[in-house]
Amino acid sequence: MLGALIIVFREAIEAGIIVGVVMAVTKGVRGSRLTAGAGVVAGVLGACLVAAFAGAIADALNGVGQELFNASILSLAVCMLAWHNIWMASHGRQLAAEARRLGQEVRSGARSLAALAIVVAVAVMREGSEVVLFLYGLVAAGGTTARDLLIGSLLGLAAGVAVSAATYFGLATIPARRLFAVTSALIALLAAGLASQAASFLQQAGVVTIGSQTAWDTSAILSDASLFGRVLHALVGYADQPSVLQVVVYAATLTAILTLSKTFAARSSSRRTEAPAPQLG
Amino acid sequence: MTPMLRAAIAAAFVVASIGAVRAEDLATYSITLKNHRFTPAEIHVPSGKAFFVSVKNLDDTADEFEMHNPAIEKMIPPGEEGKARIRPLGPGRFPFFGDFHQDTAQGAFVSE
Repeated sequence: MLGALIIVFREAIEAGIIVGVVMAVTKGVRGSRLTAGAGVVAGVLGACLVAAFAGAIADALNGVGQELFNASILSLAVCMLAWHNIWMASHGRQLAAEARRLGQEVRSGARSLAALAIVVAVAVMREGSEVVLFLYGLVAAGGTTARDLLIGSLLGLAAGVAVSAATYFGLATIPARRLFAVTSALIALLAAGLASQAASFLQQAGVVTIGSQTAWDTSAILSDASLFGRVLHALVGYADQPSVLQVVVYAATLTAILTLSKTFAARSSSRRTEAPAPQLG
Repeated sequence: MTPMLRAAIAAAFVVASIGAVRAEDLATYSITLKNHRFTPAEIHVPSGKAFFVSVKNLDDTADEFEMHNPAIEKMIPPGEEGKARIRPLGPGRFPFFGDFHQDTAQGAFVSE
C-alpha cells in the first residue's frame, strides 16, 4: 500500500504543482477556475487514451515513439507558457491597473487562459498516463492485495492534490502587485525545466546525441528522487545529474522567454506613451 | 511576428525533428522483466560506446525502466518492449531498476 501511495503521489505532485502555479497565475481572471478544471478533465481523459494506446505509441517510430510523444507535448507546454509570459509582459501594466480598479476581476487575461488550459491538460495527461498504467496493472493482477494498493493510490493522489493546493495558497498569499512578477519568473523557470526534460527524452530516444555527458552530479547533496528534489524538479526543473544539452536548453529557454518578455513589455509601454492604450476585453 | 506564429514555428521544428528519426547503428542489449526481476541483471558493456537497451516486460503489470545516471525513464506496458539509447559510459557500475517494483527489479550495466 505504501509503495502505491508513493508512486501515485510522485506523479501527482509533478502535475499538481504545474496546476497550482497556473491557478495562482490566473487568480482573479474570470473563468479561470472553469478553464483550469476543463484542463484537468481533458488531461485525465487524455491520460486514459495515452495509457490505452501506450503499446502502440511505444512501438511507433522505431520504438522511440513514447520519447518523441513526451518531447512533443512538453515542447507544446513550453510554447504555451512562453506565449503566456510574453503576452502578460505586454499587457501586464494594464492588467495590474484594472486589477486595482475592479478588485479581483480582470477580464483581459482571458486570452491567455486557453494557453494555460493546454499546459494543465498536457501536464495531467503526461503524469496521469503513468498512474493509469500503474493502476491498470494492479486491477488486472487482481488478488487480495489489489484493494490495498488501490487505497494507497487514492491516498497518494490526495497527498499530491494537497501539495498542489499548498503551492497555490502559498503563491496566493503574495500581494496581487508582486504576484505578477513572481509568477512570471516562476512560469519562465517552469518552462525552462520542461524544455530540459524534452531534451532529455530526445537524447534517450537517440534522436539527439550531442551534449549527452553529465554536466554535474549533485545527487549526494540533493537527490531528485527525494521529496524536496521532486518538488524542485516539478517547479524549476531541478535534476541532480543533468546532461550538458539539458543545461544548455534550460539556459536558452530561460533567456529567450525573459528577453522576449522584456522586449514586448518595453514596446508596449513606449507605444502607450505615444497614444492612449486601446481598451482590451 | 506574433507570439502565436512563433509558437507555431517552434511546434513545426518539433514535428520536423520527429521526421528525422533514424536508427543508429549501435549494439543492442536485450533484457527481460519477469516476476519483477531483470534477466540478465548485470550486463557488461564496452566503455566509451553508446548502445541501445531493449527491455521486454513479460509481467502482466506495467513497469518503468529507470536509471539515475544517465537519466533514463521508460514506461513499459505489460507484454511490450521498450528501447532506450544509453550514452557512452565511462568505466564503472551503472545501476538500473524497475520503478514500480524496486524491491526486486534491480540490475546494472558494468562498463569496462
